Amino acid sequence: MVTKQMVIISGKGGTGKTVLTASLASLARDKVMVDCDVDAADLHLLLHPSVKERFEFRSGRTARLDKEKCCECGECIDICRFDAIGKDFVIDPVSCEGCGLCSRICRYGAIAMEENLSGEWFVSDTRYGPFVHARLGIAEDNSGKLVSVVRQAAKDIVKKEQKSYILIDGPPGIGCPVIAAITDTDLAVIVTEPTISGIHDMLRVIDMAGHFQIPTRVVINKYDLNPENSEKIMEICASKKIEILGKIPFSAKVPRSLVKAVPYVEFTQDDVTEEMISIWNKMESIIQEKKSSDY
Amino acid sequence: MIISVASGKGGTGKTTIAVNLALSLKNVQFLDCDVEEPNAHLFLKPVISETISAYIPIPEIAEEKCDCCGTCQEVCAFNSIAVLPGEIRKDGTVLIFPHLCHGCGACSCLCPLGAIHEVKKEIGIVEKGFSDGIQFVHGKLNIGEAMSPPLIRQVKQHIDSMKSVIIDAPPGTSCPVIESVKGTDYCLLVTEPTPFGLNDLILAVEMLKTIGVPFGIILNRYDIGDDCVDLYARENGIPVLMKIPFDRGIASLYSKGLPIIGYKSEYDIEFKKLPEKINTLIKKSES
Repeated sequence: MVTKQMVIISGKGGTGKTVLTASLASLARDKVMVDCDVDAADLHLLLHPSVKERFEFRSGRTARLDKEKCCECGECIDICRFDAIGKDFVIDPVSCEGCGLCSRICRYGAIAMEENLSGEWFVSDTRYGPFVHARLGIAEDNSGKLVSVVRQAAKDIVKKEQKSYILIDGPPGIGCPVIAAITDTDLAVIVTEPTISGIHDMLRVIDMAGHFQIPTRVVINKYDLNPENSEKIMEICASKKIEILGKIPFSAKVPRSLVKAVPYVEFTQDDVTEEMISIWNKMESIIQEKKSSDY
Repeated sequence: MIISVASGKGGTGKTTIAVNLALSLKNVQFLDCDVEEPNAHLFLKPVISETISAYIPIPEIAEEKCDCCGTCQEVCAFNSIAVLPGEIRKDGTVLIFPHLCHGCGACSCLCPLGAIHEVKKEIGIVEKGFSDGIQFVHGKLNIGEAMSPPLIRQVKQHIDSMKSVIIDAPPGTSCPVIESVKGTDYCLLVTEPTPFGLNDLILAVEMLKTIGVPFGIILNRYDIGDDCVDLYARENGIPVLMKIPFDRGIASLYSKGLPIIGYKSEYDIEFKKLPEKINTLIKKSES
C-alpha cells in the first residue's frame, strides 16, 4: 500500500491554508486528515470531528524546587542558561526548558524534575474520513514533537485502513513545527497572497522546503487584490521552476463560509469553488505520477 | 512602556497594528520578534546599520580526552547526543545533533573528564537600524533552523527601556510567542470576527493569563464575520481598544508595504489615542 502525503503551508499566517485544506478534504476521496497547526488549530471548526480516542501528550520536564531542602546557595541560579530561577528561588515554569542541569548539580537534592502534561491529541471521525488533531497545552512547548506524534498516528491509521492520501494542514512560519510537518511528505503546497509580506514569506518557505528536498507548488490566494504582485509571484515561481497550481480570486463569502462552519466548496458554487476543484485535480495527478514512497 | 502585538491566528493584522502604532508615537523603538517570517522591515524600510550574528552554544568533543563513558548522552534532556561505545572504550564515537541542542550546557558541565567544550553555532542574525527616527531591530532565523526562541531572546536584549518599545510577535500561542510577549507591559491581541479568529483568540488569552501580561483586543475587519468576538470580549470583561472595518484601501496599502497612517484622518486619530488608552489600562491592571 502506497500512501502519499500532502502538506499545505504558507510561511505567512492567515493566507488561507485552512480554508483551502478544508475544501480539499471535501474533494479528496480516501484519505486521512491531520491538523499540524497544534498551537492554533482551526481545521476542526470546519470538519466537525466526533472524537473517538483521546490521548495525553507527555513531553519534557519542568524543575520543581523543594523550599525545605533548599539552602539558597544560588548555584542553580548561576548555572541556569534560561534565567528560569529567580533570586527568590522560585522557578518560572514557562522559562524552564527542562534540561535538568539544576537538579543534577544541586548538592542538597532540592530540585526534582517533573514530567509535563503538554497537551492532548485526538483520533476522530468526520464525514470526510478519519481526522487526527491536537491541542497543545497552554504555554507549553515541544509543538514540533506533538506534530510528529499526530503525523505518526495518521500513518498508523493508513496502515490499518488502506487510505491513498494523508492531507496535512501545516502551521505558519519556517521553524520547528513546520519542519516536523513537512518532513518526508510527497508534496508541499504553499498558499501565498499578493502582498509584499506574502511574497517575502513565500520565498523563505520555498527555501525551507528546498532545504528538506520536498517537491513544492504554489497557490496564489486573493490574487486579484493586487494583480501586479500576483504577476511578480508568477515570475518568481517561473524563475525557480515552481508550478503555480492555481489563482484563487478574492471572495467576501469566505468569512461567511467560516461563520457557517462548512468547507467553502460546500458553501457555494462560484469561481473560487471552481479554482479549488482545479487545484485538487492537479494535486492528485502530481501525486499519482510521483515515484512511490512506501512505509 | 513595552507593548507587544500578538494574535493567535496569523494574518489578522499584527504587523499593520504594530507599525502604525510605532508611527504614531515619539521616541520609539520597534522590535520585530517574528524571526521566522519578519515583515515589519517591509513597511518601515529601515536603513540597517549593524548586523550581528546570533549563536547558540553547542558541544564539541575533545576526542583525545573522551572515553565514551556515556554521561553526556544520559544528561542531555533533548536527545542531541548519542554515544556509540566501541569494543574497548576508546574505540567509540560521540555523535552530536546540533539542531536538537538547546544550549543548556549540561553535557559540558557534567562530563567527568572535561572532554566537552562549547562552540558557537550561528542560528540567524540580528539587524539594527533606523527608519525616520524609529530605532529598528529584528531577527532573521537561518533557513532550516528549528529553534527560534534563542534568537528572539537575542533580539530582546537590544530593548532600550528609555523609549516606547513596540514588539511585533509571531502568530500562534506556543514558545516563540511566549518568548516575544514575556516581560512586556501590555499585549494587544489582534483578531478578526470569525470562528477561526475567536478560537485562536481564546487560546492566546489563556496563554497571556498564564504568563501574567495584561491585554486588550484590536478587532480588525470587524464587519466581515459575525459578532462572536464582541460577545466573548463582553462576557469576559476584555477591553476592545480599536475596531477597524474591512477596507479595500487598507488591503491595497498593505499589499504594497505602505502604512495606514496618512490614508484617512479617522484612522490617524484612532492610532494616536491608542497609547493613552493602553496607559490607562496598564495603570488599572496594576491597581
